[in-house]
Amino acid sequence: MTQDSSAQPRVELPFGTWMSMYLRLFAIQGAWNYETMLGNGIAFCAEPALRLLPGGMKGDRYKRAMVRQARYFNAHPYFAGVAVGALARAELDNVSPQLIERFRTALGGPLGSVGDRLVWASWLPLCSLLALGAFGLGARPVSVILIFLVTYNLGHFALRAWSLKVGFDRGLRVADALAHPVLRRGPQYVGSVAALLAGIAIPLAAREVIGGGRFLAAAIILMAIAGGLLLARFGERVEGWRLSLAVLTLFVLFAVIR
Amino acid sequence: MSVVDLLPIALLGAVLGMDVVTFPQAMISRPIVAATVAGAFIGNAPAGLIIGALLELLALEMLPFGASRYPEWGSASVVGGALYASEFGEPAGALTLSIVAALATAVLSGRSMVWLRRMNASRATRQRVYLERGSSSAVTSLQLFGLTGDLVRGFVVTLLAMVAFGSLLPLVVSEWGIDARSSRGVIVATCAAVSAGAIWKIFHSVPRARLLFISGLGIGALMLVMG
Repeated sequence: MTQDSSAQPRVELPFGTWMSMYLRLFAIQGAWNYETMLGNGIAFCAEPALRLLPGGMKGDRYKRAMVRQARYFNAHPYFAGVAVGALARAELDNVSPQLIERFRTALGGPLGSVGDRLVWASWLPLCSLLALGAFGLGARPVSVILIFLVTYNLGHFALRAWSLKVGFDRGLRVADALAHPVLRRGPQYVGSVAALLAGIAIPLAAREVIGGGRFLAAAIILMAIAGGLLLARFGERVEGWRLSLAVLTLFVLFAVIR
Repeated sequence: MSVVDLLPIALLGAVLGMDVVTFPQAMISRPIVAATVAGAFIGNAPAGLIIGALLELLALEMLPFGASRYPEWGSASVVGGALYASEFGEPAGALTLSIVAALATAVLSGRSMVWLRRMNASRATRQRVYLERGSSSAVTSLQLFGLTGDLVRGFVVTLLAMVAFGSLLPLVVSEWGIDARSSRGVIVATCAAVSAGAIWKIFHSVPRARLLFISGLGIGALMLVMG
């Protein structure tokens, strides 16, 4: 490992720089594309910290660091802060370019899979079901929106802040942080709550849309459960929303032509 | 709807369309939020919430993993919410066509995201010389290009969808031959079935997920009977 970080004092981030990086994280996917994916966004977010390199924005180390950080990278957007923080730390600690490249390559996969499991496949569905449950219980539009947005974004904003902090604090030793119990077991616990909540929220939301008529609601919900079971059993290759588009389009044609 | 009425809706579609990927991903683009806000823009938030909840049931299945291609729900939900909310009195057929319009817009908008990503890649290729020199302005300009492009994309998609489906909606409603209650029943059964299937696909690997879901259904059924 080539690293001469011991030769220089550890650079700390001024609050303004940290805040600038944090706010930029919300636009990290601004230039997302199929070639460099998140790469440009990583450079965009790490840039305020790179200004602290010797020579500032006109220095050679700043320019070489920007070139490296703008290359291909992919990760979950909320966890990309870990990469931004860790890579900025590595550049400020004057870690060798080869090591930084290897670290970038190794980091993307874990950050993607942890984020996908915790956020897209757990936290987001749970918050959606919470909002649907509130709707099913007759909550007003403003309350439903607030329940969803406040709950979801408490997790979202905190996760982005944590990821940037842990990345910058730990630098290349950030892998330990990804083994945190919340990240490893969190999806399972959130998933358990979401499965229970789904059973409650879906029928209530369905009844709320139909409006009154318990027997009609019960019949429709039973049909829906049967349909759901069929989709779950045979629907691995079928996207439900596409199927809905086809079914409802046919229904519109039937209702108009009839 | 006149152009003056459409512009705020198209702007809303642009902003909420951006939220899906580029900025700030705070999930203001989720159907239950976007359609309700669009309904509020028209002056009928409760109608927006109804279609938003149905679209949310359908959107549960979509997990925006990595580079996978998926429907864009932000602008689509604005279209669905605005169309349904504009049909005061909730005539039969309005909800069904508004959902079809939202789903079709989601497909179109999802494709437009792919085109934008290709444009971003092509612009990044053109900027490569500057990127290889470590130019921070090249990095920033690529971000701004992508963000602006996404805003324009959402605006255009929403405007086109509103013009197309806005003219179709009164025609369909006037010819609709099935009563409102049965029409809603078909939609609810479809959306609830898709959401139940989605829940199973997402959480089947969670220990005791089946038991928890069935227990939840029991509680939900009890609440229905009691309420």
